Parts: sequence; structure tokens; C-alpha cells
Amino acid sequence: MPASDTVPALATGRAFRALLVRDLTLAFRHRGEMANPLIFFIMVATLIPLGVTPESRQLAVLAPGIIWVMALLASLLSAESLFLADYRDGTLEQLVLSPQPLWLMVLAKITVHWLVTGLPLTLLSPLLGIMLSLPAAGFGSLLASLALGTAALSMIGAIGAALTVAISRGGLLLSLIVMPLYMPVLIFGASAVQLAVDGVSPVGNLAVLGALLAFSCLLSPFATAGALRVSLHG
Amino acid sequence: MPVWFHRLGSPKGFYGMTTPWLPWLAVASLLLLMAGTVWGLGFAPADAKQGNSFRIIYIHVPSAFLALAGYYVMAVAGAIGLIWRMKLSFMVMKAAAPLGAALTLISLVSGALWGKPTWGTYWVWDARITSMLVLFFLYLGVIALHYAYTNGEAAGKAAAVLALVGTANIPIIYKSVDWWYTLHQPATIRLTEAPSMHPSMFQPLVVMIAGFYCLYALVLILNTRAEILHRERGSQWVAELARGGRA
Repeated sequence: MPASDTVPALATGRAFRALLVRDLTLAFRHRGEMANPLIFFIMVATLIPLGVTPESRQLAVLAPGIIWVMALLASLLSAESLFLADYRDGTLEQLVLSPQPLWLMVLAKITVHWLVTGLPLTLLSPLLGIMLSLPAAGFGSLLASLALGTAALSMIGAIGAALTVAISRGGLLLSLIVMPLYMPVLIFGASAVQLAVDGVSPVGNLAVLGALLAFSCLLSPFATAGALRVSLHG
Repeated sequence: MPVWFHRLGSPKGFYGMTTPWLPWLAVASLLLLMAGTVWGLGFAPADAKQGNSFRIIYIHVPSAFLALAGYYVMAVAGAIGLIWRMKLSFMVMKAAAPLGAALTLISLVSGALWGKPTWGTYWVWDARITSMLVLFFLYLGVIALHYAYTNGEAAGKAAAVLALVGTANIPIIYKSVDWWYTLHQPATIRLTEAPSMHPSMFQPLVVMIAGFYCLYALVLILNTRAEILHRERGSQWVAELARGGRA
């Protein structure tokens, strides 16, 4: 085993970038998996008019909340996979053992998770807006609130994913423990869209979403790193 | 660190230390709860608007008080366990979780029963009711996570991390639900809570709250003792205790 003074440890910034590139590459090689939450997102959008009403005036009333709830569920479904593959093949163990701070490695993984789920969900949301007859005034706010909100959801979801990664069939448990923590994001996200539809400036709500994101950025990498250590070593 | 702190840290020390407390707590909670119940249900005057149905307050408010306080008991116990690696505090945390969940459920159910005669409906999406429901979900998450782990020590640590994350979120959840409610406030239902209760109604409530606190402490200690016996079932002192010795 090489001593640490002969082989210089990878600089922290480079390690962050290396993990970012690796995870992005992995995600693009499994494009099918990446598409699943998006397909879910659109399919549930089809269920709503079938289950409630195809009448566009009523759909317009429900649209902000429904799109947001579905984005939340899609993000929740994808959170399970955040650490699972790395846990199974031992990569996670190496990350924990590596000299780089674990919270930074976790931050890289969460960033990639947002880039491959939250961002596509955000970009896809106008399509759902059209399907559910969201009034035109709401689209800008929908994009902005989902961009900020899904990032916060990824941050929060990572804690749950880290806590349940070592549990067999932890997916349902993950939703159980994470969903109460998602609620503030949902409240401010959905009402930002609603306010824009009503012709009121949603800037205040978007600012709160940004604050929630900043707070979760501060808290989540450390909590997630601690949770991963518990999951791996008890 | 004082000696009693170290004794508290060892499960056996805690078991021995709490044994003499139990009868006192039991008697205190029994007396307080009986006095508060009889006073509140029998002698406090009926409310001018709500009549006798307001007496549900004597169950509802103490349980809601302790439901919230219980979450902090659980989270602080978890934090102590994570920081000082105390086995005992994880046991306290495990004991506090179902207790807090039960109290949250009691406050939700008693609130619903109170809502029917007062507002004409069992359930409204009021800010405080919704916050209590979310608190109930937070408790359920901690309990479910605890039971999902087969290794007791890892279960304690994982549940402690979750409880701490929940603690950081409780004020945010509460504020956001409050804000959400003011946005959607339904016009017909107003929460009729008198800002200042008459002393003759308020005094039994204080007695009930004190009684609930004593009962909470008693049940928490009993739950923790049961957990200690379960975890230490292979040890010498538990075997001796089972044969009729004293801890």
C-alpha cells in the first residue's frame, strides 16, 4: 500500500470534478433509467384529466398544485437510486475511506442527481402546463420555482437515501421519512406558480425557495455524510 | 463530569437509579390526573359559547404540549447519543418515539372530536392541525427507520440523524404551514380560542398538564427500562435481577 507522502492525495477540487464527471458519464450511459422519472411525470399528468375532469377551466385551477406534487413524487422516486449502485459495488466504501471530505463528495453526487432529474423535470414542466391548461402567466414562475425547488428536494432526498441505502427494499421507507421534510418546498413552490397565475409577483416566494435551497445546501451534505457513515459502518 | 452523569451513562446505573423514582412518579401522576379530571370535568364552569364540549381541552392541550416537547426529548437524546456515544441515550430515544407518536395521535383525535360540536366538522385544514399531522408523520418516519434496521446500534444512530434533521425542519414546516393557511384561510371557520381563559377554567388545565408531564416521565422511564433489559438480556446483572435480586 503506497504511503500518502509518496502518492499525493488528489486535490479536493479535482476530486469533486472527477466524481461529477464520473457520475454524469454513468447517468448518460444509463439513459433509460434517467428517463423513468420523466415518463412517470408525464403519465401521471394524463391520469389527472381522466380521474378528475378534462374541463380546462377546472384543470387550470388545479394545475399549479398538481404539477408541483408530481414533480415532487418524480424526484422522490429517483432519490432511491442516488447511492444504491455505489453502495452495491463498493464505490461508496471507497468514497468514505478517501482522504477527501465526504460531504464534498456527497455534494457532487447530489449535484449530478439534480442535473439528471430535477433539471429535466423543470425543462419538461411547460409541456405539462400546456396539457393541464395552466394559464400563460404561470409558465415563467413554474420554471423558476421548479428549478430552485427540485434542487432543494434533491438535497433533502439525499439524507433519506443515505439513511435507507443499506436497508433492503428501502424505497418505501425513504418516501415515508422524506415526505414530511418536502412539505415546505411544495408549499412555496406551488404557491409561487399560483401567485403568478393570479397576477401577483411571485418574487417573494421564489426568494423563500432560494433560502430553503441555501439552507438545505448548508445542512444536507453534512447530514448525508453522517448518515452514509451510519449506513456503512453502523 | 460528575459521578451521577457517568452512572446515568451506563444502562445498569440508570436502571438502579430510577427504581426508587417509579412509585413517586406513579403516585404523583395518578393524583394530579385524577384531581385535574374531576376538577375540569365536574367543577370548572361550562364555556359560554361551547357549553360542555370545551372540556375536551383538558385532554387535548396537555397531549399537544407533550407531543411537541416529546419530539425535542427524542431529538436531544439522539444528539447526546451521537456526540458522547452514550448507549443509554439511544435507548431513551427509542422509548420516546412511540410515546410521542401516541400523544400526537391523541391530540389529533381529541381535536377532531372537539371540532365536530364546535365547527360542525371533524377535520379542517387549519394551520395548527396540519402542523400536528406533519409532526405525526415525522414521528412515524423515525419509528419506521428504527424498525427497518436489524442492528440496534446502527438503528439508534440512523434514527438520531433523522430526528435531528426533523428538528431543524420543525420551525420551517410550522412557519410554512402557517403562511400557507393565511393564504388559503377559509372564511367560515374561525378558531375560537379565548385569549385569556378564566382562572376557574385555567387552573384545572395546569393541573392536567402537570399530570401529563409526570405520566410522560413515568412511561418514558418504564419504556427505557424495558429496552435496557432487552438489550442487556445476556448480561449477568439482568440474570440476577430475573432471579429476584436487586439492581
